[in-house]
Amino acid sequence: MKANNRDIQLKDIVFSEYPDEGGHFDRFGGMFMAETLMDPVLELAEAYKKYMKNPQFLKDMDRDLAYYVGRPSPLYYAERWSEILGGAKIYLKREDLNHTGAHKVNNTIGQALLAKYMGKKRVIAETGAGQHGVATATVAARFGMKCIVYMGEEDIRRQAINVYRMKLLGAEVISVKSGSRTLKDACNEAIRDWITNVDDTFYIFGTASGPHPYPAMVRDFQSIIGREAREQILEQEGKLPDAIVACVGGGSNAIGLFHPFLEDRNVKIYGVEAAGKGIETGQHAAPLTAEGTKPGVLHGTRTYVMSTEDGQIIETHSVSAGLDYPGVGPEHAWLKDIGRAKYVAINDEEALQGFHDLTRYEGIMPALESSHAVAYATKLAPTMSKDQTIIVNLSGRGDKDIHTVAAWEGIEI
Amino acid sequence: MNRIEKRVTACRESGRKMLIPFITAGDPDLKITLQTMQSMVKAGADMIELGIPFSDPVADGPVIQRACERALLNTVTTKQVVDIVKEFRKTDQETPIIFMGYMNPIEVMGYSKFTTLISEAGVDAVIAVDMTPEESNEYSKAMNAAGLESIYLITPTTPEERIKRIVSLAGGFVYYVSVRGVTGAAELDLNEISAKIKQIKQHTKLPVGVGFGIRDQKSATEIASVSDAVIIGSAIVRIHENLNQTPEQIPAAVSEFITGIRTALDGM
Repeated sequence: MKANNRDIQLKDIVFSEYPDEGGHFDRFGGMFMAETLMDPVLELAEAYKKYMKNPQFLKDMDRDLAYYVGRPSPLYYAERWSEILGGAKIYLKREDLNHTGAHKVNNTIGQALLAKYMGKKRVIAETGAGQHGVATATVAARFGMKCIVYMGEEDIRRQAINVYRMKLLGAEVISVKSGSRTLKDACNEAIRDWITNVDDTFYIFGTASGPHPYPAMVRDFQSIIGREAREQILEQEGKLPDAIVACVGGGSNAIGLFHPFLEDRNVKIYGVEAAGKGIETGQHAAPLTAEGTKPGVLHGTRTYVMSTEDGQIIETHSVSAGLDYPGVGPEHAWLKDIGRAKYVAINDEEALQGFHDLTRYEGIMPALESSHAVAYATKLAPTMSKDQTIIVNLSGRGDKDIHTVAAWEGIEI
Repeated sequence: MNRIEKRVTACRESGRKMLIPFITAGDPDLKITLQTMQSMVKAGADMIELGIPFSDPVADGPVIQRACERALLNTVTTKQVVDIVKEFRKTDQETPIIFMGYMNPIEVMGYSKFTTLISEAGVDAVIAVDMTPEESNEYSKAMNAAGLESIYLITPTTPEERIKRIVSLAGGFVYYVSVRGVTGAAELDLNEISAKIKQIKQHTKLPVGVGFGIRDQKSATEIASVSDAVIIGSAIVRIHENLNQTPEQIPAAVSEFITGIRTALDGM
């Protein structure tokens, strides 16, 4: 294993220098893939580097982000909720207002455009909550590409509406029946598809994890969240926020918000993982927060992975399908190690309360994933003063979760 | 010479095509695994590839996935597989044993602990499916220090420049994956395989074995006509699956299958 260079102090780190050429964030990240996929992964890394300097590519992406996705998304001051909490002013970055209802589309537009420039006509994706699957099926329809989405059988049950949305968009949804039948197994199956159809297929990966270049690429596509939020808060408050908060499953919405603030050393950064039924029960999805999680290798990258002493991946638990993942993006693992970001966890019950709070106090229904960030803000805000500000990334809207919320409360719809 | 080199040299000198069967350790239990290893050697296997069960085997097709699930249902651990190798070595000092698995269990245990443990038990080489030349620096050091060979995969998508890099790190033999796909997949394209092996041989003196998609005597002899070794996995694991209810029959059934392949290879 690569030695973690503890001699480098946090203050000396230049964040824009990470990852290195091979996709490493110090000891995390890299490329751990079956050999069949190494050539396409290296080809993708080259193509990504090339097209991010191509003015036409960037122009096409900006146009779609503005007119198709509807960017910039607003930064909304949640006045009533902030007053009720009685502490810091809370701003919501409204990624829920994007086309398709979540931040996921920022990334799928970027990757689908890249697929188009690379001449790939078939795209595949994994999905947990279905948001990334919907965002992929959407852009596949937009660009006229064949689209296959892998989804765990358990998630298909939890997210029936999103499954139907994907089908309406022309995607084929394949039910994954192996392992825990959730996001990680959907990833496994998508990787197997890619190994088998390597010549014509582009894997649109949904989170800031996987082999290089995915963690950096997904981060860059999602960083529009943080770039906009930084400008918007300066415009509205005349100063940077004191804290920024986002939920972390794989961690793409979080890294998108965090990255443009990394050099602003006074901005505190909080990543909120899913504590599920409670960290102490072992039934959670919080590799960064749970003590004793070791670095391992999952889905092509070295990062903190929830596994047994023998290295078998542990089945995770969260009420929100989108956070139900035993690994985490390698940049988050690194940010935790160097102490630039703090990772905390919110359990199912607290997340549900966050869902209700925001719905009732602001008329904004957050996705259960985003509700974890909301719930943490309800703890954080009262500890801060009224002249301080927090930005919470509202990564998606909650319509898709209405059935889960109802079932949780014993209500039949 | 280490065990693999001795075996390779002996086979080369006698013109024998090497036969390397794969089984998932602990499918359905470790006692059957040990008996099956012994019966495969008697039936004419030249080396044995032992799969370390893993919860998320992304390069494997459904047959080997299910074998991993069956083994993990009995909570078979890496350490227990190592113990089976120790048992095997009590009566067989010659047949090379190759571990095949995924990186996470190795990362979690730690490279030097893993390599020391398995080398002391009598394992000769490791195929880590998701280890790449790009990430191999520390891994190679630990493998070399323990006297283990690193076997790397080369696939139809590996370009020539990359083949050179891979064979410079490889030991034992080169494992050529015959198909674009997971284990147990699809039809073999003999012309493509033959051309790729010729390309590999321009850059290494190591023998080339071919695996993925070899299932019977016909495909085995076809592959052997263009390579040094045939590696058979899913076809043997399927025998395990079919006899899951009567596991005591597995060693003999696998032996019969191996004997058939051996006879076909020797009759070429």
